[in-house]
Amino acid sequence: MANETTKNQPARRSNTRVIGWCLSGVVGMFAFGFALVPLYEVFCEITGINGKTGGRYEAGVTQQVDDNRTVRVQFLASNGPGMTWEFRPVVRSVDVHPGEVISVNFYAANGTDQAMVGQAVPSLSPSEGTQFFHKTECFCFNQQPLEAGESVEMPLIFIVDRDLPEHITKLTLSYTLYDQGKQAEVSRSAQTQTTTNNNG
Amino acid sequence: MSAVADTHAQEHHHGPAKGISRWLLTTNHKDIGSMYLMFSFAMFLLGGSMAMVIRAELFQPGLQIVEPEFFNQMTTMHGLIMVFGAVMPAFVGLANWMLPLMIGAPDMALPRMNNWSFWLLPCAFLILVSTLFMQGGAPNFGWTFYAPLSTTYGPPSTTFFIFAVHIMGVSSIMGAINVIATILNMRAPGMTLMKMPLFVWTWLITAFLLIAVMPVLAGVVTMMLMDIHFGTSFFDASGGGDPVLFQHVFWFFGHPEVYIMILPAFGAISHIVAAFSRKPLFGYASMVYAVGAIAVLSFLVWAHHMFTVGMPIAGQLFFMYATLLIAVPTGVKVFNWVTTMFRGSLSFEAPMLFAVAFIILFTIGGFSGLMLAIAPADFQYHDTYFVVAHFHYVLVPGAIFGIFASAYFWLPKWTGHMYDETLAKTHFWLSFVGMNLAFFPMHFLGLAGMPRRIPDYALQFTDFNMISSIGAFMFGVTQLLFLFIVVKCARGGEKAAAKPWDGAEGLEWTVPSPAPYHTFSTPPEVK
Repeated sequence: MANETTKNQPARRSNTRVIGWCLSGVVGMFAFGFALVPLYEVFCEITGINGKTGGRYEAGVTQQVDDNRTVRVQFLASNGPGMTWEFRPVVRSVDVHPGEVISVNFYAANGTDQAMVGQAVPSLSPSEGTQFFHKTECFCFNQQPLEAGESVEMPLIFIVDRDLPEHITKLTLSYTLYDQGKQAEVSRSAQTQTTTNNNG
Repeated sequence: MSAVADTHAQEHHHGPAKGISRWLLTTNHKDIGSMYLMFSFAMFLLGGSMAMVIRAELFQPGLQIVEPEFFNQMTTMHGLIMVFGAVMPAFVGLANWMLPLMIGAPDMALPRMNNWSFWLLPCAFLILVSTLFMQGGAPNFGWTFYAPLSTTYGPPSTTFFIFAVHIMGVSSIMGAINVIATILNMRAPGMTLMKMPLFVWTWLITAFLLIAVMPVLAGVVTMMLMDIHFGTSFFDASGGGDPVLFQHVFWFFGHPEVYIMILPAFGAISHIVAAFSRKPLFGYASMVYAVGAIAVLSFLVWAHHMFTVGMPIAGQLFFMYATLLIAVPTGVKVFNWVTTMFRGSLSFEAPMLFAVAFIILFTIGGFSGLMLAIAPADFQYHDTYFVVAHFHYVLVPGAIFGIFASAYFWLPKWTGHMYDETLAKTHFWLSFVGMNLAFFPMHFLGLAGMPRRIPDYALQFTDFNMISSIGAFMFGVTQLLFLFIVVKCARGGEKAAAKPWDGAEGLEWTVPSPAPYHTFSTPPEVK
């Protein structure tokens, strides 16, 4: 910058402006990186990519049951890393007619000697079917606290949409149960309160 | 009278400072450029020696030399050091040296920031390399550090890795801002945008890419940091996060990043091909637009790195076609280089040899890229050695040959001496043969199903792996010859004229060789 010519004066002044623009670009892109998280969430929810089933389904008008079609819905249950509960679906699969309201149970038992909290995370396969699988009630909407040795049957109520594409004849719903152990103390002290989680 | 004497005395003060403070405190673009280049070469040797460990282990099937755990650290560190420590700083070094000379500016626009952005780099890499000696070892999850491998299952040193990436990011962003400010504000009078040399154009576009994606990289490692230490669940399914999200955010950075590593080489090659064809570059304007198009497209193709994560067909098709579209502007560039050579008065000094090899081998890498871009075929190639072959074909004879070509092309300007042409040609041919021996068999290995990032392999892959290892050792050792050539050239040799290449064009050849410590204190007039 040992420049003594006057010709460069206007150029020198605008350096601040260039830096300003560049820095705002940097800050903007940093923010955009984080904005990708909710954007991705919304995108997945709309398109059903990744088998992320949506939140609670508010059944407006009761759908007519399509008796001519049968879809087999299979259930899988597995434990996340470090989770020691017994966790399984009560029935392995059900044959449903689209539009029918179906209720099934999942069984969980805490075989350890301390109170724990579990959280189930669903995933549906094939992901194309995600938009057409509605849960009106699901244990995955809430966290599930269990005392030592306690067991529970957890409900899932769902409807397979009549608009499910013709070529899909089988849906597989899998749940992974994760240890939310850290909250164990919290929920024990406030046991009357229902722990909720916005987990789809 | 006294005023005149003062100015005179000041001018005498303007040489470089003495001793270590010259390098620590310098704001001179040539000093900083030299430091960037030396640092990058040191990192090239370090990353290269890690590649030697990898190839030595893979020379024979079975576990021979290192434990799998250490092998994974080697692949990870090799990738990180080569990408962020060798290739990127080398181009920033070339930019520092050549941009002011090419646009007729006395220095970079922000010289103090320039000093800072360089000195952050050794700090970042000191942190990164120190993880090798930490308990639990260095990062071992691959240079792409996919979560949850890098979050839930990463070694304790991951936090240091994250911090190092932050510092590198800050350094790159400052370098990019400096480049943009220099190019936009410091051009000599008369040099309009469309009269800028192509290296300046490609660097301007690269700098915009850096500003757009380095913050995203900083963001993704910050999310990792928060997942590891602050109990968030960006990438943890148990807390409602999604590991696939990591791949989207990472590759949103990662794909433009690969163009950051090649666009400046495109620019330099354009100068070199024109100079040694003794013809003006064919299709200057189309070259500029092609680089711009590549830069824009690079933001729309990231998911072609992750076809196998379970994307809907529509997504796969979009990313497949967008990726194939990049072949069009790239083809324009290759066509223009070939047409520049067509009926030119060619001579094949070392820079031209590297440039021609660049065009041929980069095109091969481009073709294997097209194969990988085809979504249904990618399911077969994904995570095999075919991918390794592909990106080494675009990075080694692409980025690195581009850097070698530039180094030989401008060494006479930097040192004031001609380099030893015979040794340089030896360096070229050994590199060329070694590089092809090392990476060409990897195509076959990948197509036959050998997965990447493994320390051991099935017996039927032995022959190709041996050939590959021999080639890699040959390429690796040859680079010491390059060091020797550069040192020899810096210490002496035939005096270089201001314009040592008779076909070369540009303002950088109007200053004497070696370029004086201060150039263009009075801006030249460009017609």
